[in-house]
Amino acid sequence: MTSSPAPAARLARPLIELREVEKYYGDYYALRKITTDIREGEFFSLLGPSGCGKTTLLRCIAGFEEISGGHLSIDGKDMEDVPANKRPTNMVFQSYAIFPHLTVEENVGFGLRRDPSSKEDKARRVAEALEMVGLKGFGKRAAHALSGGQRQRVALARALILKPRVLLLDEPLSALDKKMREQMQSELRKLQRQVGITFILVTHDQEEALIMSDRIAVMFEGEIAQLDSPERLYRRPISRKVAEFIGIMNFLPARVLSTGPQIALDVAGLGQIAIDAEQCPGTPRTGDASVGFRPETMTVLYEGDPEPSRGKVAQGTVEEVVYFGDMSYYEVRLEGVEKPVQISMRNVVGRPVLLRGSRTRIAWEAGALVLFCEPKA
Amino acid sequence: MRGRGFQIYAICYLIFLYAPIALLPIFAFNNSTVISFPLSGFTTQWFSQLWTDTSLLLAVKHSLIVAVSVSILATCFGVFAARATTRYAFPMKQGLMGMIMLPLVLPDIIIAVSLLVVLMQMGASLSILTVILGHTLIATPFTIAILNSAFQSLDKSLEEAAIDLGETPASTFRLIILPLVMPGIISSLLIAFSISLDEYIIAAFLSGTEATLPVYIFAQFRFPNKVPVIMALGTILVCLSITLLTIAEYFRRRGIAKAGGKDTGGFL
Ligand SMILES: Nc1ncnc2c1ncn2[C@@H]1O[C@H](COP(=O)(O)OP(=O)(O)OP(=O)(O)O)[C@@H](O)[C@H]1O
Ligand SMILES: [Mg+2]
Repeated sequence: MTSSPAPAARLARPLIELREVEKYYGDYYALRKITTDIREGEFFSLLGPSGCGKTTLLRCIAGFEEISGGHLSIDGKDMEDVPANKRPTNMVFQSYAIFPHLTVEENVGFGLRRDPSSKEDKARRVAEALEMVGLKGFGKRAAHALSGGQRQRVALARALILKPRVLLLDEPLSALDKKMREQMQSELRKLQRQVGITFILVTHDQEEALIMSDRIAVMFEGEIAQLDSPERLYRRPISRKVAEFIGIMNFLPARVLSTGPQIALDVAGLGQIAIDAEQCPGTPRTGDASVGFRPETMTVLYEGDPEPSRGKVAQGTVEEVVYFGDMSYYEVRLEGVEKPVQISMRNVVGRPVLLRGSRTRIAWEAGALVLFCEPKA
Repeated sequence: MRGRGFQIYAICYLIFLYAPIALLPIFAFNNSTVISFPLSGFTTQWFSQLWTDTSLLLAVKHSLIVAVSVSILATCFGVFAARATTRYAFPMKQGLMGMIMLPLVLPDIIIAVSLLVVLMQMGASLSILTVILGHTLIATPFTIAILNSAFQSLDKSLEEAAIDLGETPASTFRLIILPLVMPGIISSLLIAFSISLDEYIIAAFLSGTEATLPVYIFAQFRFPNKVPVIMALGTILVCLSITLLTIAEYFRRRGIAKAGGKDTGGFL
């Protein structure tokens, strides 16, 4: 495999275009009017809770499911009449689907059966593919005599040997143990950069999606709720639902007093503040709303600590402390707020972990807040 | 003490099961046309007579033709049905499968009589062809049952993976599905073969002048001097079946081991 880092121009071109793609089983809508572009050479993840339609969307792209409505094109070509075996996609199945009666070599070379090139050429490509996934010398093994991680690699090599335009991966790491999973996450990411092929990964593990992806589509109930880079998804979730699905977010009840380039708010526990309009993902409107912030955007101050130069200070009581070695997790009840908020702090040598029940000051910044103007669920 | 009771029961059961079969070779080599103890002497004449009895050899030939045809036909139908029920949804699936499996519990005599009536009405002449028809009818439910479980244990994503890698549905069937259900197919061929080989009622009704082995043997019991020859024939058949089953079981186990599957028990 030659590594060709995708040039920026190529990166921008949509490789897969989905236009109002729908899929229903009887009267059950598994996918509702999905319109999005997936770019050439990107690592794209479909993230969502169980049953939201991730696998269905992936299988529609692969051609295993016929779409019930809308249009799907790959590389500018409409896929309506193109069967799965003619599409420029290859798939890594959740169960890996390694052919148990064939050797590793025969599995990896399976897709080359219809390739007109010589036997030696094919053997060389199989060896290269095996080396790429770190299975050099495993070619003659029986496929059923492999560990889970090795099966996964065989499945990868088998799918990549055809140099597809798109590699589809359906929860490829969910069957591995934690350590193996973490190792494969970084290997997959490296492999994707190396081969420059568009990867579409299905996962319900938000951490995995954040670590690996260029862009993530968060799906709920057959719809894409938000499509963004991992950072934007984490910092500017479009709704409370997305915010709750990705990492931890604290919510405080708030009232919007006035809107404009600056939004004036009265936030429980934090007082009256003003934030940028950009910090509200929806359309801001006056009235009841809620404000969210991530656990690491607030800081628990010690007794002698000076007031922070930027930002403000709120008062609270430590309700619970969880010590995690490098981190401590605090549950702090802000003054005037019923539900305690979670704050995570990096542990520093020489600074003891605060005890339960101690009164403390919390430093916070208005820039870290996100305003959700949606009716409370 | 309870354990002892079960032991005796098991031993009696096995004696009841195998003693008659053990008698076959004993009388096949006995130098007398009367089947009774004490034995009178050793001979192989019954075996040599076997080879000269042309009507018996003809019956063997008929039976083999019928059994081989039935095992292939019933297994093909079984593959179609098992494939259809495990992969596709179609209206009336349950009802249709029930109808197909019905001959499993239907008395053979009913099938034999009704087939005979229909064939007579159609003006068809009775021959081993009509026996093949009848036997396929009763063997197919068995092959479907065997093949259903073989196809059911097949992971659907294996097929999808082959298609994803560029194969057509037909080549996927040949390259992936067939090798993986081979143990089931071998079992199915064998079961259908043995069902057909020793079936009497349908064969007696439908064979006309082309008697199959069981029909021929039953007819021969009218002539006492023929009985030792039949004992000899029985001995050969027992040896043949044991050899055949051993070979089949060997291939079945090898197939399973190669695919890394767990042995879920063939019929041996
Ligand atoms: N063949 C089918 N017939 C009927 N309903 C189906 C079919 N396939 C999927 N569904 C339904 O469509 C919905 C989406 O299924 P899908 O497999 O895409 O979920 P998913 O997001 O991949 O979930 P998971 O994380 O559990 O794998 C589910 O509610 C499922 O029950
Ligand atoms: Mg899924």
